[in-house]
Amino acid sequence: MTATTQGRVAPGNLAETVFRIACASAATLLLAALAGVIVSLAIGGWPVLSTFGFGFLTSSEWNPVTDVYGAAGPIVGTLITAFLALILALPLALGVSLFLVEFCPPALARPVAVAVELLAGIPSIVYGMWGLFVFAPWFAAHVQVPLLLAAGDDTWWGKLVQGVPNGANIFTASVILAIMILPYMSSVFRELFLTVPATLREAAYGLGCTPFETARSVLIPYVRRSMIGVVMLGLGRALGETMAVTFIIGNAHGFPHSMFDSGSTLASTIANEFAEATGALHGAALMALGLVLFCITFGVLAIARLLIGEKAA
Amino acid sequence: MSKSASRLSAAQSPRARRRRIVSGVFAGACVLATLVALAALALILWELVARGVPALSLDLFTVDQPAPGSLGGLRNAIVGSIEMCALGMVIALVVGVLAGTWLAEYGRKGRLATVVRFFNDVLLAAPSILVGLFVYEIMVAPFGGFSGYAGAVALAFLATPIVVRTTEDMLSLQPDALREAGMALGAGRGFVIRTVIWRAAGPGILTGGLLALARISGETAPLLFTSLGNQFLAANPSDPMASLPTTIFQFALSAFPDWQQLAWAGALLIALAVLLANIAGRLIGSRRHRP
Repeated sequence: MTATTQGRVAPGNLAETVFRIACASAATLLLAALAGVIVSLAIGGWPVLSTFGFGFLTSSEWNPVTDVYGAAGPIVGTLITAFLALILALPLALGVSLFLVEFCPPALARPVAVAVELLAGIPSIVYGMWGLFVFAPWFAAHVQVPLLLAAGDDTWWGKLVQGVPNGANIFTASVILAIMILPYMSSVFRELFLTVPATLREAAYGLGCTPFETARSVLIPYVRRSMIGVVMLGLGRALGETMAVTFIIGNAHGFPHSMFDSGSTLASTIANEFAEATGALHGAALMALGLVLFCITFGVLAIARLLIGEKAA
Repeated sequence: MSKSASRLSAAQSPRARRRRIVSGVFAGACVLATLVALAALALILWELVARGVPALSLDLFTVDQPAPGSLGGLRNAIVGSIEMCALGMVIALVVGVLAGTWLAEYGRKGRLATVVRFFNDVLLAAPSILVGLFVYEIMVAPFGGFSGYAGAVALAFLATPIVVRTTEDMLSLQPDALREAGMALGAGRGFVIRTVIWRAAGPGILTGGLLALARISGETAPLLFTSLGNQFLAANPSDPMASLPTTIFQFALSAFPDWQQLAWAGALLIALAVLLANIAGRLIGSRRHRP
């Protein structure tokens, strides 16, 4: 008897079951989507991976005409731009978040925070246009050319700044990437710092710590683990960012030879060539690039998730 | 409080003075970092307005894209963008709200829910161009054609994780007393969720939807090889379809000044749309906190 009464909690038992199944299958669909991405990239890229084997990852020759493909150039370009962007963005993001938490007058805190977050809302393609038409020419005229003129060819920094002075290069792409990940990182940093118990900060100030000492020895150590996770998330974004980089990196195959040399990333190569890839192997090579990109970002994101844990949802 | 304390010790020893200077330099660096961020925002917005506003005209909304050298607008791109975003959002809202509901109401702390949550987070941050490749493989290559539907599905993939995340968060905020009250009246669990919990969490879910819309309306990469683009107005999503971002991409990288100017106008339109969606989301979201 109890079984029947429990079974008939409400009228419309069928609706209950249907609804529950609908919810569960929507959740399963998410898993299927991610699995589908991996499988489709692997299947799509297989012809190239089986032709070139491990050499696909180590060769930097990329020639659609002769059907020779090596991913080393874009892989290196992706890693360099992403790490350079991180190096540029990290101190800025820390500065912005600490300013908002420690120094900002309360009346200004909200508008400044909103303004910085607006930076995150600007579409990637707008960053790309701005980078290409505004930042790159300025950079070429006011930074690249003077550095080229000042540098001898044999000095180590002369080698670092070599390149055609048109502003479209690895370094400017990294700068644009840095601006793109900065608002994201700074807003999560800020949320992290706000989770530090007020008593800890007050204790530090009570001992006579300056704001600098409080930040260095109380705020940052308290959230260090999550901060590393956030940095990894920022790295993940920089690795996969496509449009802005495609606009400004110069899109040259092969290894970049200096910081101001044109290059390419995995994402920018796919964006540039996919719609025009006519040969079967060419399309497969781009799919394989996608697979490499997926593996790199998945690894980075997984580590980030582990580090962040529950703290910064 | 901290200020007066450090001032007091500053009078006492040179070491304290040095600490105060270090802290001052640090504060200055933080202000400088913030100024850099704000300057970047100001410069980008300024350039958008300065180059986009002169290109605004009625033609922009009523004429299709021109051949280089002739007059024209962005009507096909605007219509395509709106169509694909709307279609994508419908899919994303249905799947996302259901999946988020499952996570918050049925899955909760179970192992499967943890896995789903993790994969959702990965999808949330996955490079959008990979979604484009995936949709190309499942929708464009097998059926032999670029289409607005494929573009909409690609956009839906990017919007869904955001909807899932906010739906789960908003449902989790609803007190269990609400659920118990509904069930005590004899209603089934799903019925309570649909009629009570969803309604209570409605504004929050709407905020998530608007944020998702803001994200996908500027997306370019996944559309490059799903909807491709179309020089003409295509109202039927089974045709290749233009969108503002892909048209901007094509025009900005072209060598023609009038195309580049249209690209700036398009960029301004997108930025405004994204901004509006963000602001609307914020307004609805903040009203929720002050009932």
